[in-house]
Amino acid sequence: MSSAPGIAFQILQSVFVVLAAPLLTGWVNQCRAWLQNRSAPSILLPYYTLAKLFHKDAVFARDASPIFRWTPYILFGCMWLAAGIVPVLATGLPFAPAADIIALVGVFALARMFSALAAMDIGTSFGGLGARREMLIGFLAEPAMLMTLFTAAFISGSTQLTTIVDTLAHRDFAIYPSLAFAAVAFLMVLLAENARIPIDNPTTHLELTMVHEALILEYSARHLALIEWAVAIKLFAYMTIGIALFVPWGIADAGDWSALPYAFAALAGKLALAGAGLALIETLLAKLRLFLAPEFLSTAFLLAVLGMLTHFLVKG
Amino acid sequence: MNALQATALPLVGSLLVAVYWLVIAAVSLVPANNAAFARRAAFPLGALAGIALAAFGLQAVWLPTHSLTLPLGLPDLPFHLRIDPLAGFFLMLLGSVSAGISVYAAGYFREEPSGRLTLISLQYHVFLASMAFVLLADDAYLFMVAWETMALSSYFLVITDHQRPEIRSAGFLYLLIAHLGALAILLCFGVLHGGRGDYTFDALRAAELQPAWATVAFLLAFFGFGAKAGMLPLHAWLPEAHPAAPSPVSALMSGVMIKTAIYGMVRVIFDLIGNVRWEWGMVVLTVGAATTLFGVLYALMQHDLKRLLAYHSVENIGIILIGLGMSMVFIGFDHPAAGVLALIAALYHTLNHAVFKGLLFLGAGSILHSTGLRNLNDMGGLIRGMPRTAFYFLIGALAISALPPLNGFVSEWLTFQAALQATILQHGVVRSLLPLFAATLALATALTAMCFVKVYGIAFLGQPREPAHPSPLPHAGDAGGMERYGMAWLAAGCFVLGLFPTSFLLMLNRVGVSLTGQGLSEQALAGSGWLWLVPTAAGQASYSPVIFLLVIVAVTLLAFLLVRRFYHGRARFAAPWDCGYPEQTSRMQDTADAFGQPIRHVFGPLYRMDRQLPGPDDAEPRYTLKVEDRHWYWLYLPVARAAEFVSSKIALLQQGRISIYLLYSFITLIALLVFVR
Repeated sequence: MSSAPGIAFQILQSVFVVLAAPLLTGWVNQCRAWLQNRSAPSILLPYYTLAKLFHKDAVFARDASPIFRWTPYILFGCMWLAAGIVPVLATGLPFAPAADIIALVGVFALARMFSALAAMDIGTSFGGLGARREMLIGFLAEPAMLMTLFTAAFISGSTQLTTIVDTLAHRDFAIYPSLAFAAVAFLMVLLAENARIPIDNPTTHLELTMVHEALILEYSARHLALIEWAVAIKLFAYMTIGIALFVPWGIADAGDWSALPYAFAALAGKLALAGAGLALIETLLAKLRLFLAPEFLSTAFLLAVLGMLTHFLVKG
Repeated sequence: MNALQATALPLVGSLLVAVYWLVIAAVSLVPANNAAFARRAAFPLGALAGIALAAFGLQAVWLPTHSLTLPLGLPDLPFHLRIDPLAGFFLMLLGSVSAGISVYAAGYFREEPSGRLTLISLQYHVFLASMAFVLLADDAYLFMVAWETMALSSYFLVITDHQRPEIRSAGFLYLLIAHLGALAILLCFGVLHGGRGDYTFDALRAAELQPAWATVAFLLAFFGFGAKAGMLPLHAWLPEAHPAAPSPVSALMSGVMIKTAIYGMVRVIFDLIGNVRWEWGMVVLTVGAATTLFGVLYALMQHDLKRLLAYHSVENIGIILIGLGMSMVFIGFDHPAAGVLALIAALYHTLNHAVFKGLLFLGAGSILHSTGLRNLNDMGGLIRGMPRTAFYFLIGALAISALPPLNGFVSEWLTFQAALQATILQHGVVRSLLPLFAATLALATALTAMCFVKVYGIAFLGQPREPAHPSPLPHAGDAGGMERYGMAWLAAGCFVLGLFPTSFLLMLNRVGVSLTGQGLSEQALAGSGWLWLVPTAAGQASYSPVIFLLVIVAVTLLAFLLVRRFYHGRARFAAPWDCGYPEQTSRMQDTADAFGQPIRHVFGPLYRMDRQLPGPDDAEPRYTLKVEDRHWYWLYLPVARAAEFVSSKIALLQQGRISIYLLYSFITLIALLVFVR
């Protein structure tokens, strides 16, 4: 299952995702600033922020347990692993068979569980509040995500992301109604899982509405930098999952070096569009009240289930 | 000759272990060797026997079936014993999980007064032996004797603290539901027997039932074993009996005893009745899905740690039933490969749940032992006083939340893979329903993760919640040596089952072959190695927990080392930030009930809630909330009232005068003479 060029592709892709992820965050922020008639910050701003955080002195709360100290590394590791599973530039990566889409959802769940535990570790009121809200969003988003992925799995008869993408990328152009439902559901899950408007506001520190920010309130310096970086990788990973499932054309095969520049250009173009689209969504929508989040996400879940049923109806 | 001995060994060995447990139980009663014997010898020796039993069970899975007739029992009605792969698998579960629990019990009962301890040791080992006999029984007679011994011995263990009335009533409820179930099982054997031959399982297996009678037998078995397993709506005893029992007993009941009910279900439905129909599978699936969601939603409402774990047992029984139901649907539609896959998923989850739920109950026991607390709302910050218990509990919490690379994830993954086989079914409605059950499973798993964030975050993390009272928390010491060994054994089980699933998959495939005559597809077996778990075919689905773990550890360590290398590492300690709020006290943390608040909001209609809010000018505002199980009000209490009414009418017969009773006999005689001529 493994070969030297395959492994080289695998390492190349993993490092590329980790390094390029903050760029995507910077691009989304830039687009949003333009849309909101502000003068935009540099696209490199997330890198400057990370560098700044890595230079600061860390401050711990006195009673922090090992869980609090280890969580940033675990989060970063989980997201890095996710970046290795998703076919970003190429399919057929050697690591892909070790973890399929269910394991991918499991990795995100693992990261979520640890970040919620770390939030409760210090024993502040906001930490518990953040953990509770994060898990509320998580338990609604996770089944919707699985159902979306299952729809794709039913079409290709496999739960391996790389096989799914291979099937979808090399098919004759045909419109799958089930995939249309799944795409909408996936977009809604992406917004919720990445703490975006309308579920959460990535720029807010308003105590009563924050979810993600409440989780990481006690972190500083290198730990905060790792978490911010992991968040950027997560957004990147989700966007590339969406691209791989719904617009996979142009992706290379592992070991095919000649296809790489084309795959790279295709990916950059798609991500630029997706980032601009995300900024547009965030500009047009307002944040939902917390208890409307379940409705938003159960809509996503129902759409995903409808997509799956449509697959059976159309096929059978 | 040698071959004969080899096949006989597991059965004889298992029988010896069961007898040995009975001997330990009897010796515990000898007054001269009371408490010290039970603590230092009975429980550790019982644990060793458990490991031996696990080895015999493991061996039996790979050997042909072997049976034996014991010259015991009633005249002309000897006990029949038999070991086959299914029994071997469950014996392995019983032996390995009970070994950890027995070691733990040796430490847990160290402060028990000697009179009580001898009784606990007696009942505990009789309980273990009766479970072994349930698994070995090859006729309905021995099965029912062992089944009832199991119910009675566990009843006495539940009411160990019988001085407290609420524990006596919990025990009574358990006994009542256990006997309703036993009655249904007895009737099921009667239906299977059909008035021909004897009651050996061979005879029951050979009996050809009409479809209607087969369905009756299925329903009786499902009801009877379901009552023991804790499926909806017969679950009411679990959240009462588990908190009442001492923690090792809770672990044994939740980890192992309710699994004997799963064994019974598989034995009767797949083996004795045979000819599984897909409609039955849909019944099992529906009940399983309802049980799963109900269990986890009520677990989220609990603040008593052991009650919460008991509701999670209900949830996990539901997950196992989803697997079993899917298997029956596939086999009913004549797709044995997919059916065996679903059966494997169900049995794998049975083993996984035994391991992690045993571990969690033991962890809850250690907390109770060291702080005297069961209410989560009083806990907090236990990780500082009990770091080792906290570590083992974390493993259990991650495993039950089905997070990779631990064991809960593997069985959930296999269940999903089985559900994704739905495309091969011909029946359109069933085909689109199976993935919906998978969706239910996904929802329940995510809710479980939420629940265990709550448990772990509130009990082990944060600050002690009630600093005003003299709180036991700051002085809470860690669990003792034996307790820790017991937990470490089960925690290691979570890793082994999570990291090397293929060996267990192949083992369970043997069980599937012995029950249905067919196993997984050739491609699946060809693709599987110790590293790769491949349930269907290599291109379709694969999972490698070892590579997964290595990569996640490697990248996490790499991140850590890079930060260590390039970062100055200056750090200081300060008060929590909390958005700069200075008046922070530990009572402002979330409580267990507060953590469940979003769930109450989203799933409100499912609960029966009684909320008392403070008025605007209360000097001492109190907020009380009581969440109750709706089943009590629409099912249990009406049934109890009806039973009371009927028995009060029947009691009219009881006059206390002998002439009246003679009259009854006379009337009965006349009636019999009229009818029987």
